[in-house]
Amino acid sequence: MPEIVDASGLSCPQPVLMTSDKMKELKKGEIEVLVDTDTSKENVSRAAESQGWEVAEVTESGTGYRILIKKE
Amino acid sequence: MKNFLGTRWGIISVGGFIGVLAPLLQKLGNPGNMGVCVACFQRDIAGALGLHRAAVVQYMRPEIIGFVLGSLIAAYAFREFRPRAGSAPIVRFVLGAFAMIGALVFLGCPWRAMLRLSAGDWNAILGLLGLIGGIWVGTLFLRGGYSLSRSEKTYTSGGWLMPLIMLGFLILLFMFPQIKGEAKTGVLFYSTKGPGAMHAPVAISLIVGLAIGFLAQRSRFCTMGAIRDLILFRIPYLFYGVLALIAFAFLTNLIVGQFHPGFAKQPVAHTVHLWNFGGMVLAGLAFCLAGGCPGRQLFLAGEGDGDAAIFVLGMIVGAAFAHNFGLASSPKGVGPHGIAAIIIGLLVCSFIGLTMRQGKVS
Repeated sequence: MPEIVDASGLSCPQPVLMTSDKMKELKKGEIEVLVDTDTSKENVSRAAESQGWEVAEVTESGTGYRILIKKE
Repeated sequence: MKNFLGTRWGIISVGGFIGVLAPLLQKLGNPGNMGVCVACFQRDIAGALGLHRAAVVQYMRPEIIGFVLGSLIAAYAFREFRPRAGSAPIVRFVLGAFAMIGALVFLGCPWRAMLRLSAGDWNAILGLLGLIGGIWVGTLFLRGGYSLSRSEKTYTSGGWLMPLIMLGFLILLFMFPQIKGEAKTGVLFYSTKGPGAMHAPVAISLIVGLAIGFLAQRSRFCTMGAIRDLILFRIPYLFYGVLALIAFAFLTNLIVGQFHPGFAKQPVAHTVHLWNFGGMVLAGLAFCLAGGCPGRQLFLAGEGDGDAAIFVLGMIVGAAFAHNFGLASSPKGVGPHGIAAIIIGLLVCSFIGLTMRQGKVS
């Protein structure tokens, strides 16, 4: 099960800050990030890729997006 | 669908687009090194509405209206209109007011600071250093867990309120157009001299505003975020946009003869270095705590963000305070109470940054 980072409703740069901190904490594995805007979706994906994580899946949820990021 | 404007070359294109058009707006009539200045133009709108009576800065700037409506159009065209609100609105209002006061002590928002630099106004260097300093302090608060808490989805009509306010301003502008030499038409005030009297033709200003609003919404262009993301994450995406803005504005200014290097006698600028710096420390900190530069707040308001809309209203009211209370600078120097306002603003922003923490983030 991926760890969940719920950043929905939070404004810039908190979704990226929370995701970065979780990536640093876990170092590898799966994280599911919840965001509610396209900007946050792009920012989180960009931050994950810059840290060597793969954006495995982006799905629309009721009020936003679920972004699954992975690192082996 | 891949959002090209959300790529590195996309944001560079948008920065370049703004960098070319802003000096051209100046060429067509906007004030010196003020082809686009979000803070100055919102201040002019406050003046046009009579919220302050500084006779030289009163004009209903179509660029600002275009920014919000252009963003609204982009948000609908790409299914990104998301009405939301409820993330500490009173805090955002106060941050907006102090951001404006800081910007008016420097005499420009981050957009204008970059345009001033690109035209050879070296006083802008102090302003930009202040901006970086203020944002850096803001990132310390963010690292410490600062958060304005979550917004919530709201009614579509709630997200429409700021675009409707801007539409109302546009209707007023059309209903009560400027009459040459007259200081007032209907309910709108117009400057007959000074920066407020200098403007490009309404239609051109509006079209450029709409285009910038559309493109900036798609690319997420943000002058504050550019510096913040570099400091916090070493992510240069937004920074490419501001670099392109400065580079293209510099080239355009050179070509059209608007590049005049120096400190003294720059248009709508003063040479009090400490408070050029201090004003932008306050503005940078307030923008950082509110999550976006003044342009970005307009674009967010256009895509349904009611909290950004509150920040915009805070800026307009802050402009009124700045001119009614002698806080704003002028080419002669800092206003009589500008320094006191900066100190109070820094204290208030620090109070906000220190006390509004939802547990330490890192």
